[in-house]
Amino acid sequence: MKVTFLLNGETVEVETPATQTLLDWLRGTRGLTGTKEGCNEGDCGACSVIVTDETSKRALNACILFMPQLHGKSVRTVEGIAGPNGEMHPVQSAMVDHHGSQCGFCTPGFIASMAAGHANGRTDHDDMLAGNLCRCTGYAPIIRAAKAAESDPVPVWMNEGQAPIAPAPFAPETLDALCAWYAANPDATVIAGATDVGLWVTKQLRQLDNVVFLNRCRDLQQITETNDTITFGAGVTMVDVHQTLKTYHPSYAEMVRRYGSEQVRGAATIGGNIANGSPIGDNPPALIALGATLHLRHGEATRSIPLQDFFIAYGKQDRAKGELVTGVTIPKSAPALRVYKLSKRFDQDISAVCGAFNVTVSGGKVQAAVITFGGMAGTPVRAAAVENALIGMPWTNETVQAALPAFTQDYTPMTDMRASAAYRLEAAQNMLLRYFAELSGQATSVLEVQP
Amino acid sequence: MSAHKSLPHDAAPLHVTGQARYIDDIPTPANTLHLAFGTSEVAAGKIIAMNLEKVRAAAGVIAVFTADDLPFANDVSPSAHDEPLLAKGTVHYLGQPIFMAAATSHLAARKAVRLGQIEIAAETPILTIEDALAANSRFEDGPRIWTKGDVDTALASAQHRLQGEIDMGGQEHFYLEGQAALVFPQEGGDMVVHSSTQHPTEIQHKVAEAIGLPMHAVRCEVRRMGGGFGGKESQGNALAVGCAIAARATGRPCKMRYDRDDDMMITGKRHDFRISYDIGFNEKGVLSGVDFTQMTRCGWALDLSIPVADRAMLHADNAYLLHNVRITSHRLKTNTQSATAYRGFGGPQGVLGIERVMDHVAAHLGLDPIAVRKANYYAHMSKAGADNTTPYGMQVKDFILQEMTDALLVTADYERRRDDIDNWNAANPVLKKGLGFAPVKFGISFTLTHLNQAGALVHVYQDGSIHLNHGGTEMGQGLFQKVAQVAASRFGVAMEAIKITATDTAKVPNTSATAASSGTDLNGMAVQNACDTIIARIADIMAQIHGGKAVDVTFSDGKVTLGETTLTFQQAAMLAYTNRVSLSAAGFYKTPDLAWDRIKGQGQPFFYFAQGAALTEVVIDTLTGENRILRCDILHDAGSSLNPALDIGQIEGGYVQGAGWLTTEELVWDDKGRLRTHAPSTYKIPACSDRPAIFNVALWDAPNSANTVYRSKAVGEPPFMHGISALLAISDAVAACGKTYPSLDAPATPERILAAIKKVRV
Repeated sequence: MKVTFLLNGETVEVETPATQTLLDWLRGTRGLTGTKEGCNEGDCGACSVIVTDETSKRALNACILFMPQLHGKSVRTVEGIAGPNGEMHPVQSAMVDHHGSQCGFCTPGFIASMAAGHANGRTDHDDMLAGNLCRCTGYAPIIRAAKAAESDPVPVWMNEGQAPIAPAPFAPETLDALCAWYAANPDATVIAGATDVGLWVTKQLRQLDNVVFLNRCRDLQQITETNDTITFGAGVTMVDVHQTLKTYHPSYAEMVRRYGSEQVRGAATIGGNIANGSPIGDNPPALIALGATLHLRHGEATRSIPLQDFFIAYGKQDRAKGELVTGVTIPKSAPALRVYKLSKRFDQDISAVCGAFNVTVSGGKVQAAVITFGGMAGTPVRAAAVENALIGMPWTNETVQAALPAFTQDYTPMTDMRASAAYRLEAAQNMLLRYFAELSGQATSVLEVQP
Repeated sequence: MSAHKSLPHDAAPLHVTGQARYIDDIPTPANTLHLAFGTSEVAAGKIIAMNLEKVRAAAGVIAVFTADDLPFANDVSPSAHDEPLLAKGTVHYLGQPIFMAAATSHLAARKAVRLGQIEIAAETPILTIEDALAANSRFEDGPRIWTKGDVDTALASAQHRLQGEIDMGGQEHFYLEGQAALVFPQEGGDMVVHSSTQHPTEIQHKVAEAIGLPMHAVRCEVRRMGGGFGGKESQGNALAVGCAIAARATGRPCKMRYDRDDDMMITGKRHDFRISYDIGFNEKGVLSGVDFTQMTRCGWALDLSIPVADRAMLHADNAYLLHNVRITSHRLKTNTQSATAYRGFGGPQGVLGIERVMDHVAAHLGLDPIAVRKANYYAHMSKAGADNTTPYGMQVKDFILQEMTDALLVTADYERRRDDIDNWNAANPVLKKGLGFAPVKFGISFTLTHLNQAGALVHVYQDGSIHLNHGGTEMGQGLFQKVAQVAASRFGVAMEAIKITATDTAKVPNTSATAASSGTDLNGMAVQNACDTIIARIADIMAQIHGGKAVDVTFSDGKVTLGETTLTFQQAAMLAYTNRVSLSAAGFYKTPDLAWDRIKGQGQPFFYFAQGAALTEVVIDTLTGENRILRCDILHDAGSSLNPALDIGQIEGGYVQGAGWLTTEELVWDDKGRLRTHAPSTYKIPACSDRPAIFNVALWDAPNSANTVYRSKAVGEPPFMHGISALLAISDAVAACGKTYPSLDAPATPERILAAIKKVRV
């Protein structure tokens, strides 16, 4: 595939295999070894680079970014974050001054994330850097450096020129073209952000030849609002989903803040997270609790189904070959929605259990209840027995306690390296207690406690 | 003078611009081969058949090696010659290298080795402590047992008595740069090895053995590592040896770097431990008798497990004077990765054992845990008598934790916060806060006494610039800069005059690993010695030429002065050169006063003790076990710090790494012996937001009473143990949920915390 993009301000044109990663190309072909490989799965951030397009400037993981995804964009690596005459970027000099590097191996990735955050005026450094692991410093000096650089101006060389755009047959520009192609090539692998498919290549060493890239399809990247609904196109990245959710669904947004990392959210799409069908994807429980509607299209034919019906069994979804997930619609208002993500580490960790609660109480009684969990079964599944134990009952601690045994009817979770079956079940039950306590006004989040 | 200044890391400008070069960044010739290991899919068994035809036929593969193809030694062990590079006949753990492919690209090699077909008659693996005890599967003939006083009588007559046990998990190093080696074959069969290693001499030694040549045929160079933490003390041997074998066979440069998953499946980790205790004490919590049993899974090969287990015993006392004590240590052999060196080297495990005891005693008596600790401290250095001895009979002469503890408690506002937290807990049913205090006293020196030596090589060029080399390796700790500060201070020149150069076995031979926190102590002194030799020669020629006494020559501010004569350092160097005075010197240092018997557990294994204290505040969620560190205050003793900024960096980083060990970092093996947490997706080291929101680190700035380089103290490992205060704080928060002592195991994942909460509520 022929890919054209700007690299550190210079136009490059590359003939590349579909699944060559940017990291391998930078280090192996281009000889730019400043960007490091730490894990080759998007979990450490040592390979972070800055990718700019018409709408955004983002730090992304180069290890799970395929070269065709860069077509028409601008890439800036650590080598290009310093100025053309070797002048240091403010985050670079701040990192030196504040002793932010020790072994230095993670540092180029931190610099890329910090420079992207700096360019975007970000000061939420813990979130910006959640996807960059450092084993030496304990992070404190890095955050001191990031703070010190906040008010410095963005160097002029960080402004990207217009990247040249040529037609890219591997990345259709419209939904019509995309769906027509996919219907004709139903065995193809659809690649959105590649935060999952990337690992098929870097870890499973799979050869993917028949692929199509979604990232140039603007039709899929729309966020459409009505008076009472929001529709996310399947290609909306989680960074943009997060921004919208902050306004309407703060608890869901808080979960997404911890979903992946800045680099992962900047590439990952909401459609990919759904279509992939993982039982531990974090969006589906929240979306199902919101009563989300999923939109699909096969060639010209479109259909919409309740999201909860999409997940049939582990690894099996209600999606025909050649059929594309195009979007998901949720209500704007769900004041009782709470989403709880439980993992060993708060940031960038796959959930052991992810619970979403949406209980409607009126006149002191439970009128409706939608409770959905990820990590408790082979698919994201509603807690039907628990819901039934609540509906029609007074919304009291007694009702909630009495509903707890119903969890064993709904779920038989498994034991793995993230958690035991018993803990998963108990934590899920306790999340219901937390939900009741939180709605009752008690302090329930360790993240909100101050020293 | 440069010493004691907070200069940035010497390579910081290179780090931040991506110019700092690591093994995989070194430009290589086009014909370079890339290696990968094919590994065992079972934890124990006999190899019945190997079919590697598909591997040989795979795209890009140039050569495939099995144990039968190795020309000389098949061994990469740093100790007991029990660690074949490639398994022969028997496999001992899941992940053990069995064969090796050399291919034209890293990817081609990785793809090829997955095509190997290995038939193994699986045997029942020995995986757990219980398995190993049942099978009496162990290293050494039996447990090591050290005693002091009469523990049985002391326990029998104690006013109070308790038993307990703590399990503590191992820890993956997770150096950001994985293991890597690059070998360039030379004329006559010689090899130049670039390795990401803390121990270039060991790499040289193992490569020489593997290619059947003397050590002089192999040169190992290390500019820097992307993190080590002990994980590159011995675990890089296999890659360097593999590359040398393949380079010898093919005549081509060979590189090997582990993919992260391979790295975590193949290499050793921190030893996990189970420590049980039987203790007697009085109403003030003063211990009268302590009987510790330490059990550790060493994995399949000996590696460094004996000195690790020894150091756990040597730190079973931590900061406390124990009059009657027995320490029994079982070094168990299991079909898992061979546990290896990791920052603290057994010390943290031993320390955690007795810190658990202190909290347990305090909880039992209803006393403040800090008061119990102070009641058990060693005597202060101003009052230390002959009986102020460790369980191994070493007199503690430099103990200062009384005043450090008091100072920390004031700056950390302990009394008020203790009350505030108790009140907060009373008002909050779901969330609970906790406070944990832990001191550390860490013995400085290699316990294998002969390793306490170092060499240096210093050249002064005729233009006054200085080439600095020594046996220590740079893994991020700032060793090179601290040692350069020593050199600049000796010569009285600016830092810019000093060129820091890569560690190189051809410049300084017979080096010890950069380990045991010893890097600056040993290499700084060796460099000081080399500099002083050159300084004396320059002084002599100054005195000869300009008249006066050599002892009156001074070196400072870039000037060399004798009486009325002042030369620039460059002029002085030129003066020496033109008068045919050597401006190159080797330096050497060995630590004085060390002697002990590890079998008896008697003597002086350490030159001095580095000390410190930490107070951590946490909050836990009693519904899920989720938890956060809210605040940490540390006061740490780095002697007269050579570089306060770099030392504080070691302390901040050590604390977070130590807290990670005991909280989020969980190694999980399944019942087949497969490590299930072999990538950062499943193994969770602390992320940015896991550091304490309030993080106050201060240095206890007092000169080392031992005669170390500029009276500084070693700082690599000791701060790691401050992380123990995080576990104790979580335990304190759990204790606020009920009446009994939590006996919380580590790592304190949300799951373990929730289980402990249920236990204390019963």
